[in-house]
Amino acid sequence: MQHLSIFPILIPLLFGAIMLLPPISRDINSQRITSIVGTLFLLISSAALLYQINTEGVQLYALGGWQAPFGIALVADKVSSLLVLLTAFLAFCVMLYSVAGQDKGGAYFHPLFMFQIMGINGAFLTGDIFNLFVFFEVLLIASYALLIHAGGKQKTQAALHYVILNLVGSSLFLFGLGILYGTLGTLNMADMAIKVGQLQGETATLAKTGALLLLVVFGLKAAMLPMHFWLPKTYASASAPVAALFAIMTKVGIYSIFRVYTVIFGDDAGELANIATPWLWPMALLTITIGTIGVFASPGIKTLSANLVIISSGSLLACAAINSEAATSAALYYMVHSTLASAGLFLLADVMSRQRGKAEDRFVRSRPFIQPRLLGFAFAISALALIGMPPLSGFVGKIMILQATQSSAQTMWVWPLILIGSLAALITFSRAGTTLFWRHNGNVAAEAEPAKTTEIMGIGLLLLASPILVIFGGDISEFTQQAAHYLHDIQASAYALLPGVAQ
Amino acid sequence: MEGLYAFCVGLLTACGIFLALRGRTFSVVIGLTLLSYAVNLFLFASGRLKLNAAAVLGESEQYSDPLPQALVLTAIVIGFAMTAFAVILAMRARADLGNDHVDGTLPAQPGDASQKSGGNQ
Repeated sequence: MQHLSIFPILIPLLFGAIMLLPPISRDINSQRITSIVGTLFLLISSAALLYQINTEGVQLYALGGWQAPFGIALVADKVSSLLVLLTAFLAFCVMLYSVAGQDKGGAYFHPLFMFQIMGINGAFLTGDIFNLFVFFEVLLIASYALLIHAGGKQKTQAALHYVILNLVGSSLFLFGLGILYGTLGTLNMADMAIKVGQLQGETATLAKTGALLLLVVFGLKAAMLPMHFWLPKTYASASAPVAALFAIMTKVGIYSIFRVYTVIFGDDAGELANIATPWLWPMALLTITIGTIGVFASPGIKTLSANLVIISSGSLLACAAINSEAATSAALYYMVHSTLASAGLFLLADVMSRQRGKAEDRFVRSRPFIQPRLLGFAFAISALALIGMPPLSGFVGKIMILQATQSSAQTMWVWPLILIGSLAALITFSRAGTTLFWRHNGNVAAEAEPAKTTEIMGIGLLLLASPILVIFGGDISEFTQQAAHYLHDIQASAYALLPGVAQ
Repeated sequence: MEGLYAFCVGLLTACGIFLALRGRTFSVVIGLTLLSYAVNLFLFASGRLKLNAAAVLGESEQYSDPLPQALVLTAIVIGFAMTAFAVILAMRARADLGNDHVDGTLPAQPGDASQKSGGNQ
C-alpha cells in the first residue's frame, strides 16, 4: 500500500489529538483503552511497512505530490522501517506498563506519549534534513512535558537542565542547517549527498563547519562524551514509563549520525569525505570509558541503567567511527537489543523500588520483596542481556561489534573498552543482585504493592525480545546487513531516490 | 550591508551565549531568546541578501530564494513555543526549588559562612 509509510506518523498524531477532545479526555480509562488500541495499530502498521519494504524495496512518499528534491519526502527504507518497528514495539510495551497506574501522576500523559512517538517515527522516516529538525522539536517538546510528569523537585531540577541544553542544541542545529543550505542549496538528504561532492575550497570549509555543528547537536541527543552530563540525572529522575520511552531517544541521535555522516558526508563526499570519523573515534572511546566509571559508581538501579545507556551509546558511536558495512549492521542489531533491554530494566527498577519502602532502588539492605521469584527471574534475564552474557542478545550484539573492527589499531582500542564495560556491568549487577535479593531484614513493607498483570506483561514482552533476537538472529542480522549495505551504497541511498536528477 | 548584517548576527549570538551560560534562569531564558533571534536572522541570510528582489516570480526583475523565508517562519514558531515553555518551567523551578539558580541550589558565596543550602552540609 502506497500510504503505509506515513501511517507511523499519522496514527500517533490522530490518536493523540482524539485524546485531547472531550469525550475521551475526561475519563482516564477510555484514554487508556485508546492508547493501547493506538499503539497496537501502530505496531501492526509498522510491521506491515517493514514487510512491504523487505519485499518491494525502498518507498519514497512525496508529501503533497511535490517531487523531491523540491518537496519534503518521507523515505521508508530498511533502516528507518526497522527503527520505526522498534519504536512501535517499545511504545506498546511501555503503554501496557503505564496503564496499570503510572499514567495517573499528571494530566495529558497519553496525548504527550503519542506526540512523542510521532516525533520519533517522523525523525526516522523523513528524507529532508529540515524536516528532521521539525520532528526533533516535536519529540523534544513532548519529552520536556513528559519528563516532569508526576512532578517533584528532582524532576523539575533535571528538566531545567535538559530543556536548556536542548534549546541551545536546537539553535546550533539551525545554524548548521543554515550553513549547509547556504553552501549546498538543498535540504533533501539524497540531493545533499550528491551535491556535497562538488564543493571545493572555501565553500567546502564552510560546509564542513555546518556539518560538524550538526555532529555537536546529534552528539548531544546521543549523549556523546562532553554532552552526556544531562543523561544520568534525567533518566534516573523521570518516572518509569517515561524513562523507558527515553531509551530510544539517544538512538534517534545515533540514527541521525549514521544517516548524515554515512550517506551525505560518506566516502563519496569529495573533499568532505568522512569528516566526522576523526572526531567520532576519541569521543566514542571516551564515552564508553565514562559510562563504565558511571556504572561502577551507581548507587541505584535507575542510575545504573542510565549509565548503561551511555555505554551502549558509546559502543554505537564506535561503530559509526569504524564506518564500514559490518559495523553499521552490528550497530543496528545492537541498537534494537540495547533499547529494549534498557527499557525493560527501567520498568523493572520501578516495580522493585515500589516494593522496598524507603530504600527504593538504592543498593542498601532493606525489606524483602513480595514477589522475590518473579522479580529475581526478570532481574537475572535483563542483567544477562545488558552485560552481554551468552545466550542472550547482548552477547550476539557485542560479538558483532567486536568482529566489525578492521585494523589492529581499532581492535586494540575497541575490544578492551567494550569488554571492560561488560565486566563493569557484570560486577555491578552481581553486587546489586546480592544486595537487593539476599540481604534483607524486617518484614515486607506495609505500603508495598505487588506488580499488576499488565505491568508484568509489559516487562515480560520487553525481556522476551532478547531471546527472540537470538533465536531469529540469522534472519535479523541478514536484514541489518542489507540495511547497512543500503546506507553505504550511494547509488541506492541517494541517486535512486531522485528520479529527476541526472547522474 | 553584508558586513553590518554579519556583525549584528554575531553580536546577538555572542550576547545569547554569554547570557545562556549565566547561573540564573531569567538571564538564561533571555540568552536563549537572543540566540533564537540570531538563528532566525542567520537562516534568512542563508538564501543570500538581495535588494529589490521579491520571493514571487514575475513581481520584480530579480527574485530571491523563498525557501529560507519559509524556514525562518518555521523556526520562529518553534522558537516561540520553546521560549514560552522555558519561561513556564523556570517559574515552576522557582516555586519548587525555592530559588532561581539553574542547578536548583545557590552556590555558597565567599564570606557567607552562615548560609544554609539545606541538604548535605
